[in-house]
Amino acid sequence: MPPFSRGFRGRRVDVDPARVPPGQYVTRDFPVLSAGPTPRTPLDEWSLTINGAVDEPVSWAWEEFVALPSESVTVDIHCVTKWSKLDTTWTGVSVDTLLEGVETDAGYVTAWCDGGYTTNVPLEDLTGGRAWIAYEFGGEPLEPEHGGPARLLVPHLYFWKSAKWVRGLELRDDDEPGFWEAYGYHNYGNPWKEQRYSGD
Amino acid sequence: MAPARIAWRLAAVKDVLVETPRAKTLVLDVPGWPGHVAGQHVDVRLTAEDGYQAQRSYSIASAPENEKLALTVERLEDGEVSPYLTDELGPGDELELRGPIGGYFAWRSEDGGPLLLVAGGSGLVPLMAMVRHRAANSSTVDTRLLVSARSSEEVLYRDELARLAAGDGLAVHQTFTREPPAGWSGFARRVDADVLGQVGPAPSQRPRIFICGPTAFVERAADLLVGLGHDTAAIHLERFGPTGG
Repeated sequence: MPPFSRGFRGRRVDVDPARVPPGQYVTRDFPVLSAGPTPRTPLDEWSLTINGAVDEPVSWAWEEFVALPSESVTVDIHCVTKWSKLDTTWTGVSVDTLLEGVETDAGYVTAWCDGGYTTNVPLEDLTGGRAWIAYEFGGEPLEPEHGGPARLLVPHLYFWKSAKWVRGLELRDDDEPGFWEAYGYHNYGNPWKEQRYSGD
Repeated sequence: MAPARIAWRLAAVKDVLVETPRAKTLVLDVPGWPGHVAGQHVDVRLTAEDGYQAQRSYSIASAPENEKLALTVERLEDGEVSPYLTDELGPGDELELRGPIGGYFAWRSEDGGPLLLVAGGSGLVPLMAMVRHRAANSSTVDTRLLVSARSSEEVLYRDELARLAAGDGLAVHQTFTREPPAGWSGFARRVDADVLGQVGPAPSQRPRIFICGPTAFVERAADLLVGLGHDTAAIHLERFGPTGG
């Protein structure tokens, strides 16, 4: 146990502590985090692609993408900058749905995005109903500053893994660190193990 | 080999400086501090007597060359951590922190310039580390610093900025969005394309751009700079969210 901070009491929020990972605090706002300017790709130029270590790359135009079977999920999200937001509701296409018919032996995925952002995730973390490409937040189209028109949603990992402005998933045999991962953030990012930075 | 964990360290508070009515600078001795790059931040952790803990991130205000580590903290009215740091903490107290953290929003003098630094309110903190680092290295890199604040009394490091601006290659511009000082003939409005155009450098000079402040300020300034023709890959953003605490 670290030393006490003299006179510090803290402000406890009335939520189930079991839902808040270590070092996080609950906010009702939806803070924004991104390293560069917000890209604004017109929907008629937008597409989503699965490429890399696959037999045949596959791509959807926006109209095709939103016509795929969608799911609405309510999940808690946890940002490495310490805020957590509970009961957020998203609509999108499950990565399982996108990978139907894709043949691959890949173990890893690099999500790539407008603006050049990338992040890496083991493939098994994106399948089994644990990840989506989301295009609605709270029943409304996802705003550009929050990653619209569509972002990856992987709520069981720190939120930088839920890449904004996602345009593709590159399936890979090897695990290549993404943008923040190359700047000293944890390669995997499990909030419940407080894997914020390399070595955590 | 697995990378080493960024260790929690116990810093000793040496001094607390009043910067503005809402902001103070904590001057810290951090045994074992590994050094940092201007623009990086630290995580601060507070522990209550019953074991309850709270963590937040704060930008480093001091240059890597400075002997002590300085954090400037703005007091957020409904914050959990910042009122403790600005109101309770004093010389002789200890503060747990770990870092440095981040590496994208960072500048070393050998990275060169020109530089455009755009600060909204207390977003000046990590940019000041860059300005101080530049001065500590006697760098003459063309640097334009634009500070947006509600009023003159809310500008951090006023006197030091005035001193540094007398040196070679650093131009400090301010804009006041609520109460410009009496007789002020400079900018007195929200940052817009005309302000950014006047501050420069022109996109053709390919400046490295660092913007820090509240989300709405940062989003707007970044959009304006993209609109002026600056390279999106040269625009680095850091935000001080309203819920930072």
